Amino acid sequence: MDKRTEMHRRERRRYVIGYGGSLLLTLAVFAIAYHFGIETTGVYLTIGLLGLAQLIVQLVYFLHIDRRRSSREDLDLILFSTLVLLIIILGTVWILGNLAIRMHGM
Amino acid sequence: MKRAPTHSYPGINLGERHASAHKASEVVTFGFWVFLMSDLVYFGLMFATYITMIDAQAGGPGPHELFDLKSIFAQTLILLTSSLTVGLAMLALKYNLPRARIVLWFGVTLALGVSFLVLEMRDFLAMAEKGGIPQRSGFLSAYYGLVPLHGLHVAAGCLWLIVLGVQLRVMGMTDLVISRVMRLALFWHFLDLIWIGIITIVYFGGLTYG
Repeated sequence: MDKRTEMHRRERRRYVIGYGGSLLLTLAVFAIAYHFGIETTGVYLTIGLLGLAQLIVQLVYFLHIDRRRSSREDLDLILFSTLVLLIIILGTVWILGNLAIRMHGM
Repeated sequence: MKRAPTHSYPGINLGERHASAHKASEVVTFGFWVFLMSDLVYFGLMFATYITMIDAQAGGPGPHELFDLKSIFAQTLILLTSSLTVGLAMLALKYNLPRARIVLWFGVTLALGVSFLVLEMRDFLAMAEKGGIPQRSGFLSAYYGLVPLHGLHVAAGCLWLIVLGVQLRVMGMTDLVISRVMRLALFWHFLDLIWIGIITIVYFGGLTYG
């Protein structure tokens, strides 16, 4: 019984840490946007990196994804989907961006 | 003594406390991950379309006229908090906490989900008043293809929450219901991940480059 309460407390703490971290990152993103204005690529790059950090925080603390004892095939599924996603997004942006430049001569 | 596997698939695990439910949910949880990942690819396509359409405003209203960052901020906090409360609901069920606690976290999550949808609908109506309707430009078509798709997922999640609440009442805390609640928690966390993509790419990206 005692071990159970301990495990419960540990898992709940994990969620609270994930929430705190995500909250902090969200506040940072909107504070930067409010303070510096959303105009330059530098500001956007910072916002993008903070967003990426929040994705990782939530994957680890909410979805419990890590390299430890997880079974390989499930992790392979996630990694492969990410690869497909990157090919789709980067490929689309590359090809259509190139086309836009050729059509409008921007 | 043989130990039950404590962590046999990524994501939330039931663990040895619910050994039979754990075994039964292993296969369906993997199947659910397959669904989530194909859904992710679908969202990815919509994101790619939006990125290529940012400049295609055709003289219509753009991100600066249409996006209301205060409302986006509120929606972000609401969705993030609901991601915590759905996790707490799942934990309350996993550790057999009193029913009142489970119902409380279910209710809070549902209330947050619904208020997110209300705020989002208000945004869409405000945008439509300024002429920001889907058929106005390629940019707006891409926007309305992506953001309401996420909203539709949240609405489906709310419905799912209600159905599971009823099942919990009728069927009790059976293995089947517990494993369903776990999948709902996965789905809800997944929607919060998509939302991070939406605020970063759709809103901040649109305001920077639109």
